[in-house]
Amino acid sequence: MNKRTVEVMVGLFVLLAFILLLFLALRVSGFTDNSFKNGYTVSAEFDNVGALNEGALVSIAGVKIGEIDSIVLDPTTYRADVVMQIYSKKTLLPIDSSASIYTQGILGAQYIGLTSGFAETNLQNKGEIRTTHSALILENLIGQFLFKMKK
Amino acid sequence: MITRLQQLGQSTIRVITSLGSAAITLFVVCFRKPQNIGSAFRALVAQLFSVGVLSLPIILVSGLFIGMVVGLQGHHTLVKFGATSALGSLVALSVVRELGPVVTGLLFAGRACSALTAEIGLMKATEQLSSMEMMGVDPLGRVIAPRFWAGVISMPLLAIIFDAVAIFGGYLVSVKLLGVDSGSFWSNMQSSVVFSDDVLNGIYKSIVFGIVATWIAVYQGNACIPTAEGIGRATTRTVVYSSLAILGLDFILTAMMMGGW
Repeated sequence: MNKRTVEVMVGLFVLLAFILLLFLALRVSGFTDNSFKNGYTVSAEFDNVGALNEGALVSIAGVKIGEIDSIVLDPTTYRADVVMQIYSKKTLLPIDSSASIYTQGILGAQYIGLTSGFAETNLQNKGEIRTTHSALILENLIGQFLFKMKK
Repeated sequence: MITRLQQLGQSTIRVITSLGSAAITLFVVCFRKPQNIGSAFRALVAQLFSVGVLSLPIILVSGLFIGMVVGLQGHHTLVKFGATSALGSLVALSVVRELGPVVTGLLFAGRACSALTAEIGLMKATEQLSSMEMMGVDPLGRVIAPRFWAGVISMPLLAIIFDAVAIFGGYLVSVKLLGVDSGSFWSNMQSSVVFSDDVLNGIYKSIVFGIVATWIAVYQGNACIPTAEGIGRATTRTVVYSSLAILGLDFILTAMMMGGW
């Protein structure tokens, strides 16, 4: 076969592979900027995080704005200390914002939903969200229901 | 009794010797500098054509059909739970993490590696390799190295192409044939597939498979008994060993990647 044809075919092959890698990155994995260079972290303490996992999404008004970096137990208060990574510095959170744990659908994963407050000042890097609402634990809910039924 | 013992010793020594000379082949191919960079590059391009480009038809066709089958089977099960919107995630994750690298590796072993072994073996049988040595040309650098590198480079590229085509096949079956909503197919896929975790791990796997399969192929070709029967046996061994190595390594790599490494 002609040498030039061989080289052109190899070039096409490599190009095809790179285009399809781009397809895998953008279309299949919805590649988001994972470098966090422009982001910041905020923390929040919850009484109970339920089945919340590290890496779960943090959203505001249903839009994904970050993910959960770590969940550790505070040894003095026995509350869960959740550190959230906010992707962009441009996402400003007022200092009186509140955080709640919700569930996606009936069987879905748990995530943190933020509700913005009205304060003039915004949370800084490593700031803390004071108002939190714990995860709904189905057993506790049923327990409360039964307790009210007895009355 | 003594002869049995002797046979055991002989076969052990033979296994260790061949492992050692395979390792030497790999080392020389990896670290010996080519005498002429330009001609080495041209040889590499020629081999990329015969190893990579000529493997494309089988990769494209099998990728398309495997994606379509995963879509059909997944739909069959998911429809019982009313969760057909998760079909996109199912197809993408199973293809990108597992089926892509492994099936491409097996096809690559059958299509490209067997040809490499037969080609090198025939060169040895017709004494082309020893006449090269007589002329002062190093057959490892001249014949084996470009074939090895062509295999190592084209395997991940083929796996990427396989992944994309298989996902497209899954899309065709789920959205066009079975009527899954196109939006939920793609958005569920995007929210569950992580590039650095799922896609890249699949590509790492395919790089390892490429190295191992091509290594086995060039070693078997170089070490075969230079007769018609010897070449046949070496070719069979290449396909068997590299398929087994791919499946075994796949388990080890998956366990390592899931264990957080």
